[in-house]
Amino acid sequence: MDKTKLSAIANEIRKGALTAVYSAQSGHPGGSLGIADILAYLYFEEMNVDPKKPKMEDRDRFVLSKGHTSPALYATLAEKGFFPKEDLKTFRHKDSYLQGHPDMKNIPGVDMSTGSLGLGVSAACGMALSGKISEKTYRVWAILGDGESQEGQVWEAAMFASHYGLNNLAIFVDCNGLQIDGATSDVMNPEPFDEKYRAFGWNTMVIDGHDFDQIDAAVKAAKASDKPFAIIAKTVKGKGVSYMENKCEWHGSAPKEEQYEIGMKDLENALCVESK
Amino acid sequence: MSEKIATRDGYGKALAELGEKYDFVVLDADLAAATKTGVFKKAFPNRFFDCGIAEGNMMGVAAGIASTGKTVFASSFAMFAAGRAFEQVRNIIGYPHLNVKIGATHAGITVGEDGATHQCNEDIALMRTIPGMVILNPADAVEAKACVEAALKHNGPVYLRFGRLAVPVIYDEGHTVEIGKGSVICEGTDVTIIATGLMVSIALEANEILKAEGISARIVNMPCIKPIDAELIKECAEKTGLIVTCEEHNIIGGMGSAVAEVVCESKPVPVVRVGVNDTYGKSGKAQDLIPVFGLDAVSVANRVKEALKLK
Repeated sequence: MDKTKLSAIANEIRKGALTAVYSAQSGHPGGSLGIADILAYLYFEEMNVDPKKPKMEDRDRFVLSKGHTSPALYATLAEKGFFPKEDLKTFRHKDSYLQGHPDMKNIPGVDMSTGSLGLGVSAACGMALSGKISEKTYRVWAILGDGESQEGQVWEAAMFASHYGLNNLAIFVDCNGLQIDGATSDVMNPEPFDEKYRAFGWNTMVIDGHDFDQIDAAVKAAKASDKPFAIIAKTVKGKGVSYMENKCEWHGSAPKEEQYEIGMKDLENALCVESK
Repeated sequence: MSEKIATRDGYGKALAELGEKYDFVVLDADLAAATKTGVFKKAFPNRFFDCGIAEGNMMGVAAGIASTGKTVFASSFAMFAAGRAFEQVRNIIGYPHLNVKIGATHAGITVGEDGATHQCNEDIALMRTIPGMVILNPADAVEAKACVEAALKHNGPVYLRFGRLAVPVIYDEGHTVEIGKGSVICEGTDVTIIATGLMVSIALEANEILKAEGISARIVNMPCIKPIDAELIKECAEKTGLIVTCEEHNIIGGMGSAVAEVVCESKPVPVVRVGVNDTYGKSGKAQDLIPVFGLDAVSVANRVKEALKLK
């Protein structure tokens, strides 16, 4: 694992996501910035995917259950070469294929259409079960939100995954502690995740979702697990853009020109610090 | 009277029989004994997965399986498949146009004793509004198998509607269903009765009453409600100048609405919709409930006679 390289990629993902939301003057920057490190690790260190063959049968699958953070996924897929990075500027525009939420029919590299919260883990379970039925070796990864976990279906899926022994499935619970109406602990406390998932028959690990060593350890543990695996990733919503960090106001609003420039500068500077 | 079999039995048997010829997976939500997917489970235990009482998750799981290239049947009662899980069906099956076949049994008031909470008269309306969704509603157990096979041959989401009550078998083995097509069962000149599901055999019974009174009715079976056979409907409007639709579903948004939409936009003639008249169901034996909701042959014949005054 080349952490410097992964940091640089995560930074590019953040810049791409911010640019997409800025170009659209619409979208969800906070959560997108928060999951950039996990996406960088999955797509550039772990997953077997081929941008030239996005529908490759035995590819590893990824489901972005918190589909509103599509800017981060699109920036990752563009960085990986599934489509031109330039297209990120068309995000949410009326003639663009880059829909507000992931659309598997029209976006190369998107494995499942998501956006309506709580549905993605169920779909990931289906993919994992299908792999078991056909004795495939591919793995299924998903990212869901902590706020999203208030949806009851997430727990129906958690039950399903352990009942069918889907140890080829691992999810990242993106715990940034914030949702639209405020702190998750104030709106409807979904914690504690590790105890909940263990009670549902999963193995778990709590990590810092911005630390590549910890992400690496969790992914390795997930791959060795005899049960489905929940990685409880503590993250910072808005990570990398100074004025967005830990601010739920930046859940679903776009930066204006000046703010965008500050944000891009923050990200450039972060990279300079990293590479020193 | 011919043999009576519920279309849900036709569904279960069809899955088990077609399981040899086609490769597909079946999911259920703790109702396999009632939806009859249990028949498939017995024949192909490795291709059957119970999802427990969690229909929303089942639809998501079905979508995930379908995304890997497999065909999936997801079964529950119509109330839970189309009602409870509507948003899941719309967003994670319909929107990505995945190859999921929703086998919804216990549709309509003929669920019987369980009453209003389980009698789904809204599912056709709900499913019709999902772009790309095909809706099949067989008239008997033979046609149920034909619908399952048509669904298997179709690439994309299909909603299959089955009933709990045993109904007369009107078709011979080998009968086929084509998506987008209805069929004329018998010719007539005064009125067309377009029926779907168990109302087809009741319409045929009503036709005997009408014949005895000198009324010539064209009887059409409409097993495919979406896409609807607009050509056939237009032809009926032209040939008979009056259409009466019969369905075990709310008259709002169902097959009758679909027919009226076609007629209004192409060949306006009177359309009278016989169905559940925008009310909830109630408990009772299925056979006893049919006349309560005005869906028996005598009631249908009377509605046709009234409708003739509109010509």
